[in-house]
Amino acid sequence: MSNSHRTASGGRIDRTRSVTFTFNGKSYQGCAGDTLASALLANGVHLVARSFKYHRPRGILSAGSEEPSALIQLERGGHTEPNLRATQIELYEGLSAASQNAWPNVNFDVGAVNGLLSKIFVAGFYYKTFMHPQSLWMKLYEPLIRHAAGLGKAPKEPDPDRYDKMHVHCDVLVVGAGPAGLTAALAAARTGARVILADEQNELGGSLLTSGETVDGLPAASWIAKIEAELAACPEIRVLRRTTAAGYYDHNHLTLTERRTDHLPRGAAPHLSRQRLWNVRAKRVVLATGGHERPLVFADNDRPGIMLAGAVRTYVNRYGVTPGKRAVLLTNNDSAYAAALDMQAAGIAIAAIVDVRTAVNGPLAAKARAAGITVLENRAVVATEGGKRLTSVDVMPLAADGGGVVGMARTSIACDLLAMSGGWNPAVHLYSQSTGKLRYDEAAACFVPHKATQALHCAGTCNGRFALPDCLAEGVAAGTEAAREAGFTADAPLPVPRAEADAEEPLRPLWVVPSTQLVGRGSGKHFVDFQNDVTAADVLLASREGYQSVEHLKRYTTMGMGTDQGKTSNVNALAILAQSLSAPIPQVGTTTFRPPYTPVVFGALAGRDVGELADPARVTPMHRWHVENGAVFEDVGQWKRPWYFPRAGESMHDAVNRECRAVRNGVGVLDASTLGKIDIQGPDAAILLNRMYTNAWSKLDVGRCRYGVMCKEEGMVIDDGVTTRLGPNHFLMTTTTSNAAKVLDWLEEYLQTEWPDLRVHLTSVTEHWSTASIAGPKARDVVAALAPDLDLSADAFPFMAMKEAVVAGVPARIFRISFTGELSYEINVPAYHGLRLWTEIMKAGAPHGVTPYGTETMHVLRAEKGYIIVGQETDGTVTPQDLGMDWIVSKQKADFVGKRSFTRQDTSRADRKQLVGLLTQDPTMVLPEGAQITAQAGGTVPIPMLGYVTSSYWSETMGRSIALALIAGGSRMIGQTVHAPLADKNVACAVVKPVFYDPEGVRLHG
Amino acid sequence: MLLIHCPWCGPRDEIEFAYGGEAHRVRPADPSALSDAEWADFLFLRANPKGVHRERWVHAHGCRRWFNVERHTVTHEILRVYPPGAAAEPDAAVAEAQPPQASQQGVRS
Ligand SMILES: [Zn+2]
Repeated sequence: MSNSHRTASGGRIDRTRSVTFTFNGKSYQGCAGDTLASALLANGVHLVARSFKYHRPRGILSAGSEEPSALIQLERGGHTEPNLRATQIELYEGLSAASQNAWPNVNFDVGAVNGLLSKIFVAGFYYKTFMHPQSLWMKLYEPLIRHAAGLGKAPKEPDPDRYDKMHVHCDVLVVGAGPAGLTAALAAARTGARVILADEQNELGGSLLTSGETVDGLPAASWIAKIEAELAACPEIRVLRRTTAAGYYDHNHLTLTERRTDHLPRGAAPHLSRQRLWNVRAKRVVLATGGHERPLVFADNDRPGIMLAGAVRTYVNRYGVTPGKRAVLLTNNDSAYAAALDMQAAGIAIAAIVDVRTAVNGPLAAKARAAGITVLENRAVVATEGGKRLTSVDVMPLAADGGGVVGMARTSIACDLLAMSGGWNPAVHLYSQSTGKLRYDEAAACFVPHKATQALHCAGTCNGRFALPDCLAEGVAAGTEAAREAGFTADAPLPVPRAEADAEEPLRPLWVVPSTQLVGRGSGKHFVDFQNDVTAADVLLASREGYQSVEHLKRYTTMGMGTDQGKTSNVNALAILAQSLSAPIPQVGTTTFRPPYTPVVFGALAGRDVGELADPARVTPMHRWHVENGAVFEDVGQWKRPWYFPRAGESMHDAVNRECRAVRNGVGVLDASTLGKIDIQGPDAAILLNRMYTNAWSKLDVGRCRYGVMCKEEGMVIDDGVTTRLGPNHFLMTTTTSNAAKVLDWLEEYLQTEWPDLRVHLTSVTEHWSTASIAGPKARDVVAALAPDLDLSADAFPFMAMKEAVVAGVPARIFRISFTGELSYEINVPAYHGLRLWTEIMKAGAPHGVTPYGTETMHVLRAEKGYIIVGQETDGTVTPQDLGMDWIVSKQKADFVGKRSFTRQDTSRADRKQLVGLLTQDPTMVLPEGAQITAQAGGTVPIPMLGYVTSSYWSETMGRSIALALIAGGSRMIGQTVHAPLADKNVACAVVKPVFYDPEGVRLHG
Repeated sequence: MLLIHCPWCGPRDEIEFAYGGEAHRVRPADPSALSDAEWADFLFLRANPKGVHRERWVHAHGCRRWFNVERHTVTHEILRVYPPGAAAEPDAAVAEAQPPQASQQGVRS
C-alpha cells in the first residue's frame, strides 16, 4: 500500500487489505476501514466538489455526518445515489464515485464563472435578480436556475434493492455509542432492561476512536472492546451499528435507518435487505449524540485544505492519514491544541497555532509549546491563498476588542493544511425534534438542552459536557436513571469508568474573524454555510434588509437549507445575525430542527410497500373467469373490476356498445360482488335505518327491498343503495363499492356515540357473498333455467322483492332490483360458490346470448336512466333535493340525520346546482366530463360558470350522446340552451330532465 | 406518532386510530327546535384550544370502538383516556378505566 499521505502505522484501518476504487473515473487504492474521504485524503486528493452557487473548488471539511461540502454521487444506474457525504461512505472494493455540481469536471468547471458574477448572487438573489420581466421567467430564469442548482442526480432506473421495516418496543433506547452512550447502554442493560444501542458509525466508540484517550487504565480501543463484550453478555441488548436515528417524534417514537449492505460491493449480499427502517417506541431515551465542531468564519475559509481541526485529528488517529504536510491551526479554544499534538506526532509539520485569544496558558498550550509548536496569540488568519489547494495563509494581530486588525503588516505562512476550530456545538438535533427547549451556554458559546418535554435524558457532549470524565459519568447516570424509570434496577451500581482530561481555558467567541477590509468589501468571502454558499456578508445584508428573525434569515439566504441542514453553519449564522442586531444570541434563537437528521433514502421509507405490494388488490371469486375471458380491469378503490370485455378486434367503444345492446335487447350479466354489504341485526335495526336514511323503513315488509339515500348532518349525500328486510329484526344494506367501509364506520359512530341505547349489531359481509346481476328482457329466462323451482312471475316475485332459492344447486338470495332500468335479478351466493354461479349463468344463458358486461356499460345504462353515482354526481356539496330526489326525503319523520339542514339558508337557495340532463345540439358530440357550463356562448371574461358536466357517454341505446350535469337553478331551466366552452370550440346543449330512457320505468317492472 | 391507550386493547400506535374531533358534543334531541344559528354552531363550530383538549378517537384498525381522550395540543401529552358517555371531569369509575401507563408520556427529565 503506497498512499502519499498515509502514516507508517496506527489507526483503525486494515493495512493488509487494499481496496481499489474509482473517483471521477480515476483509479485509487485505499484500505479496508477507510471512508471514501479518508481514502481520497490518503491519496492527496482534497478537491472533491464544486460549491452550489459560485462553483468554487471545495475539499473535505469534516469527518462525519455534518459534512457540507464533499457531496458525492455514488455508483451508477439503478444503484446510484446522490448527495452522499464522502465522510460517511465506507470504502468497498470496486466503489465508483463522482463529484456533483461540476461540468465538465471538478478540475475545470464552467460554472465557476458564477464566482465572477458573485455580486448578483447575494442574499435573496432568487427574489431580486429574476423578478422582471415576468415573461422571461419560464423561458430563461427557471431553466437557468434549474440547470445551475442541481445537486446530485436521482436514478432513472427502478431501485434494484430491497428494504425492510422493523417495529420494536424497548425500555431504553440509547442513541450514540461514544463514551457517554456506551456507559449509558451498559448501565441500563445490566439491570435487565430491554436496551437498544444505535450508532451511525461502523464501529462503536464515537469520539474515543479519534481521541484515543485512556479509560480505566486501558487504551481506548481495548476499553471499547471490553464494554462491547460486557454489553453482549447482557440479556436484552440489541446493538445496531451503521444505524442513524433520523427522527424523534411524539411519545418517544424514533425512526432509525440501518444500512446493512451499503459498505459492501453492490449486489454482494442479495440475501440481505439493503436497509432497515426501525420504528422504535422507547419508554426512555438517552441521547448521547456527541457534538459538531464549528468552522471559523474568516476570509476565503473554503479552500480545499481547510478543514475542521477535530476532523484532521480523526483522519490522523483513526484512519492513519495525514491530510497535509505542513499545517497551520486557527482556533478560539483549547481543543485544537490536542489536534495539533496528534498531527505533529503523525509527522505533519505544525507551522503555527494561530489563536484569537489574548493569552493562552492552559495545560494543553503548555504541552504544545513543550513540543516546540509556535503559538501565535491574539492573532487571526485574514486571508488564504491557493486555487484548488491551499498554499498559504496571512496572519495579523487582532485589535483588543477583536473587531479589527492592527496595522497593515501581514505575515504569510506557507501551508497546505489549515485546521480550524470555532468551538463545539452539542448535537441537539434529536433533542430539539423531541420539542425539548434549549438554553444558551455563554461560557461554551453554544446551545445546550434545557428542559425536556419527552421522557429522555441527554448525556455527555450532547448535554454540553465535553470532557471525557464528564461524558462517562453522565452516561452511567443517564443509563441508570432511564432504566430505573422504566422499572429496572441493578444489584450493584455501575462504577463510573476512570479517565482524565486536561483543564481547558475559556473559549473566545469571535463569530466573524476580522480582516483589513470590512466583511463584504474586497474579494474575500467569509463562508458561513459551505453547502449553500451563504457568506457573512449575506447574513449582514439580509439583516439590513429587515430579515431579522432567524427563520426569515434562513429562507431569504437559504442558510441551513441544504442536505446538511446547516449542522456546521446554523450557530455561526445566528450569532452573526445577533451581532448585527446588537441582540443577545438567545434572543435570536435557533431555527426549528426537523427530521431527518441525515437524508433517508425513499426505498427505506417505502419498505416492501412497492409494486404489487404498494396497495392490496381485492378481487372477486369470479376474477379468474374475467381474466381468462379477456376483461380489461378498472380500479375501484382496491377492487379490480372488469371494465369491459372486448372481443377480438373490438375497441373499447365497440365492446361497450355491444354490451349495452345485449342488456337492452337480450340479457347481460355483471359481477356485482364488490358492492358493500352490511348485515344489520337487532330489535332496533329499523329505528337505526329510520334515523340514518332520509326515507321511512318501519313499514318495509320482510322480503322487500327499498332504495335509500344517506346524508351527513349538514344535509349532503354521502351514499346510496338498496336495503332489504330479511326478517323482522334483520336487514341487509348494500353500499357503493368504494364507500363500504366508510358507511359501516358512519353507522358504528352513531350507534356507539349518539345512540348506545339502540340494540343493533353491524357486520360487514361484503366478502361473504358473491353477486351476479342478470339484466335484460331475457333475464327471467336465464334465471328460470338456473332455479327451475322458483316462481318468477311478476306477481309472485315483483320488482323490489327478495327470494331465497336454490340457484345452480347453491342456496342463494335473489334480489329483484335494477341499476340498468331493465328486468334484473341480483343473485347472491356464499362467496366460495361465486365462480360456480358465474359459470353456470354463462352456461344457462348461452342459448339466450348472455353477455358479460363491465362497469363502463353499467355506467352508460344507469346514466340513460338518470341514476346517480355517489362520488360522480355528488361531491359532498349536493343534497337529495339538488339531485331531484325530493321524493326520497320523508316529510313525516320527525328527525333523521341531515333533516334539520334541509331548511338551512344555504340548502334552501334557489340557485343551488341541480341535476339536469344535457343533449348536445350535435348528437355525435360527447362532452368531456368536468366541462364547465355557461349561459352564453362566448362573451367577455370572466364568464359566469353555471356548473359542470358530471357524467357523459355515447348512448348506443339512444343513438346519440347524453350527459348529466349540475347546473345552478337547473331544474327551472328545462328546455333552455346552455353552452359548454371547450378549448377548441363551443358546444351548445339543450337542458332536459335527467332521464333519457324509459322514464315511466315500464321495463324494469316487466 | 402518538401512542394511544385504547381502553379495550391497550397502548397502540396512532396509525391504528382515526380522529373524531371534539368530544362531548351531543347531537341535539330535537334539531328542529334549534335556530339556524344554534344548528350551525352544532354543525360547524369546534373548540381549538391551545392546551388540554377533550377529543374523540376510534380504534379503527383494532376493536373499532370509540372513546374519549384528553390531550394537550401543544405537548401532545395524553392525560386521560375514558369511554364515550363518561363525564368530562374525572370520577372514580373513569379514573379506574384509565390505563396505568397513560401518564408516563409526560414525564419530564
Ligand atoms: Zn381497541
